[in-house]
Order: sequence, then C-alpha cells, then structure tokens
Amino acid sequence: MRKNLKKYQQYIFLLAFAIITLLSLAFGFQPGKTVVTNFTQSFIEMITFIPFLFIIVGLFDVWVPKEKIEKHIGRESGVKGIVLAIILAMLQAGPLYGAFPVAYMLYHKGASIRNIFIYLGAFSTLKIPMLGIEIGYLGIQFTLARTLVSLPLFIGIGYLMEWYFTDKDFKINKLG
Amino acid sequence: MFRTVVIPFLNILILISLLLYIIPPSIISNYLGEGSGVLGFLTAAVVGSIALIPGFISYPIAASLIQQGASYTVVATFMTTLMMVGIVTLPLEIKYFGKTVAVSRNALNFVAAIIIGLVVGMIL
Repeated sequence: MRKNLKKYQQYIFLLAFAIITLLSLAFGFQPGKTVVTNFTQSFIEMITFIPFLFIIVGLFDVWVPKEKIEKHIGRESGVKGIVLAIILAMLQAGPLYGAFPVAYMLYHKGASIRNIFIYLGAFSTLKIPMLGIEIGYLGIQFTLARTLVSLPLFIGIGYLMEWYFTDKDFKINKLG
Repeated sequence: MFRTVVIPFLNILILISLLLYIIPPSIISNYLGEGSGVLGFLTAAVVGSIALIPGFISYPIAASLIQQGASYTVVATFMTTLMMVGIVTLPLEIKYFGKTVAVSRNALNFVAAIIIGLVVGMIL
C-alpha cells in the first residue's frame, strides 16, 4: 500500500494542480490564474527543449559506442575531453535539470566524473541559445565577462568533484 | 522515458510557478534595484539559488534591473546563481546523483557564482 502510494504520489500532485487550475480559471481566482500563467511560461520553455533532449539521449545511446565516449571524454581524455564536454553542452538548450538525463547517459557510457561536472557547468552557463538572448538583453561586454570568469571556475569544480568523489561511491541513477 | 522524465519535470514546473507567485519579479526588482548594496547582493544570491526562472523571463528582469540602476555585481550574481544553483530542483538532482554529490555540486556552484558576481562587477 505504501509502495503504491509513493508510486502514485507524483500523479496525485499533478492531478491536484490540474483540478485547482480548472477551478481557478472557472471561478476567476486571481492567485490561481497567476500561477497558471507562470506555469504556462515555464511549460513553453520545457516543451522547446524536451524533444531535443530525447533526440540527443536517443542518438547517443544508439549510435555512439561506449568505447568512443570512454576514449574521448573518459578518465584519460585530458584537455580534449574537457573541450568536447563543453562543446556538447554549448550546443544544447533548456534548464539545468534537463541536463541530468544526459549526464546519466554520459556516465554510463564511461565519461569521467570531471567531465560530467564540466559538462553540467558549461550547460548551466554557456549554452549558445541562452548566450544569444543574454547578449540581446545585457550586451556583449556583460556576457563576455560573465562567461570568461565562469569558465575556469566550473572547470575547477569538475576537478574538485573528481578529486573528492573518485573511489567513493559515485553513481548516477536512472529515474524510474 | 515519458513517465520517468516528463512527470518529474512537470512537477518541478508546478513548484516553480508557485514560487514565482510567492516571490513575483516585481518584488525581486524592488530588493535588487539601485543602491541595494550588500543586502541586494545577498538577496540576489539567495533568491537566485532558490528560484529557477526560465531564461526568457530572467533576462528581461536583469535588463530592467540594470536600467533601474542596479549594480552589475548584483545582476551577475542573480543571473549566475539562477543558472548554476537550484534549491527547488535539488530533490530531483538528489534522485539522479545522490545526496552528497548533489549538495556538494550546489554548494561549490554557489561559491563560484558569488565569485563570478564579484569579479564581473569589478570588471564592468
């Protein structure tokens, strides 16, 4: 029973949200309407990157053999591995949690801990679509300064995470 | 993949929308605006870490903050913590990486974001 409850917990949350949304819209409950607007905006962001995420994870899974990932962004990959991890992240879009499934896939294909966190760092700060928007709103100077300062820091974080978590119980889980 | 990825993502979106209602962008602007000083810097770091605001909402906020006279330090800190640290998404991150790794990643990125904010402010 408890196991079942846990299994359906996430659906109950969704269902409750859907019901409250409908009620808010029907009765013109203002806070509810504001939350729905916020949700719609975030939802638009999500559906623009999800298909892309599935394609990337799917293609990598089928087409890129484990040996290739191991060789190019694995433990012995050096500077080239770092550059590749950063480029891969830059080509993507979406919020950080969208990168977790990719990180899972990379890890299970043999990417090093260092490169996984460098990938996540680059994903959060250097995505090309976001850089475009950032330049538009805040100017090229701001964007350049921010990215150039971020770069050494998230690479450093990659090294720190690898130094600390190597030979510890590091793993990335598949959800579900 | 639909059940294991999309449903948790939808739940995160609901949390984010509730949070954006509790802390609307207009209030964020008030606290981070002109002459907000150290308090503004700290607010930027804390709010940026907790919240997860989609890029196409956060960049317009950042641009209007600059226009209202907020410092580059505050705006850079706000934007960088938004990107690199995610308290709302931490439960999801823990499911993928486990508690120790997820918390360490967020803690390290928080420190990095503060450094980035301060250095960007010094440069510009």
